[in-house]
Amino acid sequence: MSAALELDPRDRGGPAQPLLVVENLKKHFPVRGGLLNRQVATVQAVDDVSFSVRKGETLGIVGESGCGKSTTARLLMRLMEPDAGSVIFDGDPVGDRHGITVNDMRRQMQMVFQDSYSSLNPRMTMAESIAYAPRMHGLGRKSAYDRAENLLSRVGLNPRQYARRYPHELSGGQRQRVNIARALALEPRMVILDEAVAALDKSVEAQVLNLLSDLKQSLNLTYLFISHDLNVVEYMSDRVMVMYLGRVVEAGPVESIYRHPRHPYTRALFASKPTLDPDRRTTEMPLTGDPPNPINPPSGCRFRTRCAFAQPRCAATTPPLAAPFEAAAPTHVVACHIPEAQVYHA
Amino acid sequence: MPNDPVLRVEDLTVRFTRRNTNVAAVNGVDFALQAGETLTILGESGSGKSVSLKALMGLLPAYAGVTGKVWLNGQEILGLPATALAKLRGGAVSMIFQEPMAALDPVYTIGEQIAETIVQHEGCDNRTAMKRALGLLEQVKIPSAERRLKNFPHEMSGGMRQRAMIALALACKPSVLLADEPTTALDVTVQIQILLLLRQLQEELGMAIVFVTHDVGAAAEISDRIAVMYAGRFVETGTTRQVMRHPMHPYTQGLLSSTVHGGMRGRALETISGSPPNLAELPPGCAFAPRCRYAADACRQGDIPTVTTETGATARCVRAKEMADA
Repeated sequence: MSAALELDPRDRGGPAQPLLVVENLKKHFPVRGGLLNRQVATVQAVDDVSFSVRKGETLGIVGESGCGKSTTARLLMRLMEPDAGSVIFDGDPVGDRHGITVNDMRRQMQMVFQDSYSSLNPRMTMAESIAYAPRMHGLGRKSAYDRAENLLSRVGLNPRQYARRYPHELSGGQRQRVNIARALALEPRMVILDEAVAALDKSVEAQVLNLLSDLKQSLNLTYLFISHDLNVVEYMSDRVMVMYLGRVVEAGPVESIYRHPRHPYTRALFASKPTLDPDRRTTEMPLTGDPPNPINPPSGCRFRTRCAFAQPRCAATTPPLAAPFEAAAPTHVVACHIPEAQVYHA
Repeated sequence: MPNDPVLRVEDLTVRFTRRNTNVAAVNGVDFALQAGETLTILGESGSGKSVSLKALMGLLPAYAGVTGKVWLNGQEILGLPATALAKLRGGAVSMIFQEPMAALDPVYTIGEQIAETIVQHEGCDNRTAMKRALGLLEQVKIPSAERRLKNFPHEMSGGMRQRAMIALALACKPSVLLADEPTTALDVTVQIQILLLLRQLQEELGMAIVFVTHDVGAAAEISDRIAVMYAGRFVETGTTRQVMRHPMHPYTQGLLSSTVHGGMRGRALETISGSPPNLAELPPGCAFAPRCRYAADACRQGDIPTVTTETGATARCVRAKEMADA
């Protein structure tokens, strides 16, 4: 795969340079209310998030609702303007005078959303939807439609049967295949998959996951795979990032994170996974209560209100992402003050 | 059988007929449930699992043709007049849903809603009912229950609302609780809390639960028995262990092998090809045959027999015996 990467003419920095570097990304939403509609609170949706994605890898982002994983995706695509932070795509700062424009970035980075129906225009046929972006980018009508048909067969839909159909004539799984085809229409290098299989039935989900793996191989893609499904993220990702209330609490290689989770939240999250074994059912609740409201989250470590190990300093200062206590893998980072909390009691 | 079942269903069939279409949503479902037992109906969207539950509760629209027999505590309830049904619902049988926000009334407090149910069914005064409501909120482990009693649904978090809905459903100590994907919309850390809560409440109250889900993981956590549903039929039934460990029906096998679980990295997933059938044009014979890799000629015609093994598991499959031995 690395040989193929070097041959890619769009590759600028070489295989060692990360395809995407995100630094201190931040997005706070004002909450307005009261008589004068003044700002009464802030939702700290994404707060100081930094990470990088290497060429050809899949970075998985897991977390519960409200943890900021989808907002992160939207900020990367510039579907929303970040409040602060920088995004560097293959060495080029996005939206910077010295880098590439947002449009150029979008040509190389595309996104697939959870709701397969609302992300397709109901009045466009499948071929029209897929050919739309290439045509907007200057490709002729004939070549754009040829590309659309080619992509349809790539995602396993016979173009003769499906090219002229409308979204309502397809099943959820088929529509999601079309969305993937459309995301690939500009020949991007990176695809953000935001809960792309969450709405599908299990048997269809497996088909789409296999398709995504095949496409990644054959097209040298890099994925940012966002999901709340821990098993699916483990299956798809090379590295994993765990988010909680707008911050990254732990990140590292998938084996290291899944075998030796260090952050108390990550451990509780994994312990909440149904066991799939009727003889080893879960008997104790790993966590009590719901995730706190992201409006005015707890100070310091945001998990401290639900953490069994919390101490006064957890409220006083925010733990930085650092190598964990007695770290085995140096690439594994965790944001936790308390060494005892990071020891895994099997 | 040691006891009479609290819920018995025989040949439950639901048809939706409108203009030229005749959708066969449920095609002859049979089961019996003892007190304290949990049956999970496992199936994908469109398999008829929710429609079956709604048919039991008499919640389907008038144009739905529901036939078959349903006994609740020995009394036949299908086709009862509306007033008699209303007495049963929320009393001897109650239901919880996927979306508590849609199931709870947004303009009444949680306490008022629970108390109303108790007053309606047991005819006690409001004061006593409110006291019972407080006890119920404590039973479903809502913290600071006294304060929560005065909360409106929108003031609660998702997991809390789900607990409040469970409290409402348990208000009159039902003998059967019907649960329609109650954990699907929840985060994993909350989902496991609700599953554990249901298990514990069942132990305390001894009710029978019919749990409908598409999630194999949730099914493994909560059920005593599992019924796998496909195209409106139970294609396989058995104890949780039998179904999870030794699935006989090719659909169950495919469903389990295409469910991603831990330690599967680097392997291609074994999938079921194709998509579920159109319920308005079900093929003759086995509805799964067009997607089944073992399908034989006998699968595409006539009635498919339901095979019962010595251990009591069933599979509606021509080749079930071979599958069980394989």
